[in-house]
Amino acid sequence: MSVSRFFNNRNTLGLMFMVPAGALLLVFLTYPLGLGTWLGFTDAKIGRSGQWVGLENFIFLFGDSVARLSLFNTLFYTLVASVIKFLLGLWLALLLNKHLPFQAFVRAVVLLPFIVPTALSALAFWWLYDAQFSVLSWALIKMGLIDEYVIFLGDPWLARFSTIAANIWRGVPFVAITLLAGLQTISPSLYEAASLDGATEWQRFWHVTLPMLTPIIAVVMTFSVLFTFTDFQLIYVLTRGGPLNATHLMATLSFQRAILGGALGEGAALATSMVPFLLAAIMFSYFGLQRRAWQQGGSDK
Amino acid sequence: MAEVTLKSVFKSFGSTRVVHGVDVSIADGEFCVLVGPSGCGKSTLLRMIAGLEEIGAGEIAIGGRVVNNIAPKERDIAMVFQNYALYPHMTVHDNMAFSLKLAGEPAEAIRKRVEEAAQILGLMEYLQRYPRQLSGGQRQRVAMGRAIVRKPQVFLFDEPLSNLDAKLRVQMRTEIKALHQRLKTTSIYVTHDQIEAMTMADKIVVMNGGNVEQIGGPLALYDNPANLFVAGFIGSPAMNFLPGRVRRADGAHTVTVGPDVEFPAPPGASIDAGREVIVGVRPEHLRVSDDGVPVEVVVVEPTGADTQIFCKLADNDINAVVRERHEFHPGENIRLKPQLTYIFDPASGARLA
Repeated sequence: MSVSRFFNNRNTLGLMFMVPAGALLLVFLTYPLGLGTWLGFTDAKIGRSGQWVGLENFIFLFGDSVARLSLFNTLFYTLVASVIKFLLGLWLALLLNKHLPFQAFVRAVVLLPFIVPTALSALAFWWLYDAQFSVLSWALIKMGLIDEYVIFLGDPWLARFSTIAANIWRGVPFVAITLLAGLQTISPSLYEAASLDGATEWQRFWHVTLPMLTPIIAVVMTFSVLFTFTDFQLIYVLTRGGPLNATHLMATLSFQRAILGGALGEGAALATSMVPFLLAAIMFSYFGLQRRAWQQGGSDK
Repeated sequence: MAEVTLKSVFKSFGSTRVVHGVDVSIADGEFCVLVGPSGCGKSTLLRMIAGLEEIGAGEIAIGGRVVNNIAPKERDIAMVFQNYALYPHMTVHDNMAFSLKLAGEPAEAIRKRVEEAAQILGLMEYLQRYPRQLSGGQRQRVAMGRAIVRKPQVFLFDEPLSNLDAKLRVQMRTEIKALHQRLKTTSIYVTHDQIEAMTMADKIVVMNGGNVEQIGGPLALYDNPANLFVAGFIGSPAMNFLPGRVRRADGAHTVTVGPDVEFPAPPGASIDAGREVIVGVRPEHLRVSDDGVPVEVVVVEPTGADTQIFCKLADNDINAVVRERHEFHPGENIRLKPQLTYIFDPASGARLA
């Protein structure tokens, strides 16, 4: 009797329904994150459980030129790729929002780079950037623009831009399709009202489209920045961080130090150092764009 | 201020023709209402005047200037949209000031004109609010404010009251009319509601299926409908229509509607005896009287001021509105006497008398 009462209690039932989701989050999210953070404060190596060493790993990394370079690379990679992804994505979304022939087909095709597994598209780019077989170099030579094959992944700055280009190619569809969804929620009568108010096409974009799109831009760009900042696969397949660590991102360097180098504590500390940057990106979009969302009918906070 | 003239204006979307040659001329300062059932082409016509739809064929002139190839913003018109189309990210002030800002007016002049419009519309205390903080009626006023700050030559209204509740609709109707009387700007107003058309218009254009059925003042349309459509559309409750046959007796025409049921034809009518016609009589032109036609009461609906009586006359429904109070019960037989009738041709719908 009391058992069935217990199970019929609303609060008990509610808690029980939450258990599966809660357990999944705990096992696959909280535990790894907690363990990773804890490892960052120890001197654990592969095969040896670590001792608590406080901030020693972080202090060491701060003085390590490769770690500092990876921070610079990550910020540069994220900034350049995100800005270009945003601009290209917005442009593509505006194009796709116009009436095109074969509209549904074109929209589906745009999503392709996003659907292909990263490792696979990274391999394709690896081939494109190959020092001997690059089709890009071949085409440029045939067009008479250059005389010898470009070593895309051999020069530090060229490698940085090459990896950024691959990341952009992969990330643009996500931005474009999401912004397109946002564009389609804007009432056409707003544009009609604006054109009667005397707005040129550019003014309509600036005074209607952009402000109306801001909430969705915030969400999309937050995700885009998070994905780019934590990118691993693309770099790992294309360059493994080379040449001269020029393309090492924090994620790839952390993997190299922790798993390949065996310095679990140090790698974990490097990975943990990414968290404040990611939190900052989330906070920026969360607080910076609240008001815009509110104006457009979001819930009162 | 300007007159607006439409000369044989056509429009089709793909193979669907939506406006079949409309000729209307609207005088300077006139309040013209385009009215008709949904899909009659009235909104399309308005959007062509605004420049939001291309003109298929024909000519539209505003203030004597043909505007077929002139961009919307150059036409010197302002439009109030059905869904208001307020910019949600701008305050009431900025919504109204937007067009003036784009036109590069000095800030002081903008402030003055926005405040002037806000004063007229009672929006002074809402200037710093966002549209989402306003009620439906207030949003409607902001939409009108946005139109009047520009002092355009023509106001266009696209069913501006249909998103409001019934009470507010009546109130805003009066406000729009008062505003027009004050500003005297040529206005073109689209609605599907014939009461709105009757109460607001100087001139009504009744449209149906892309054609203009009749143009005229509210009372002229009510008193002299040109055809069955206008007769049935204008007036509420709608006119009763009964099929019958013309008979000539004692020098006057009557219409036989059923066995021993005769409606008098309008005086002076001359129609061939024996012709099949439709006789129309407005509910308010039927009076309870012992020398009327016999009908059977079906439903009685008192509204206080008057009473609507739904009756059966042979196989036809007939509907009367009477001012005096009667204690009628369903099934009761009463007599109704028509005071005024109209006669229409059943095939073409044209009015014969």
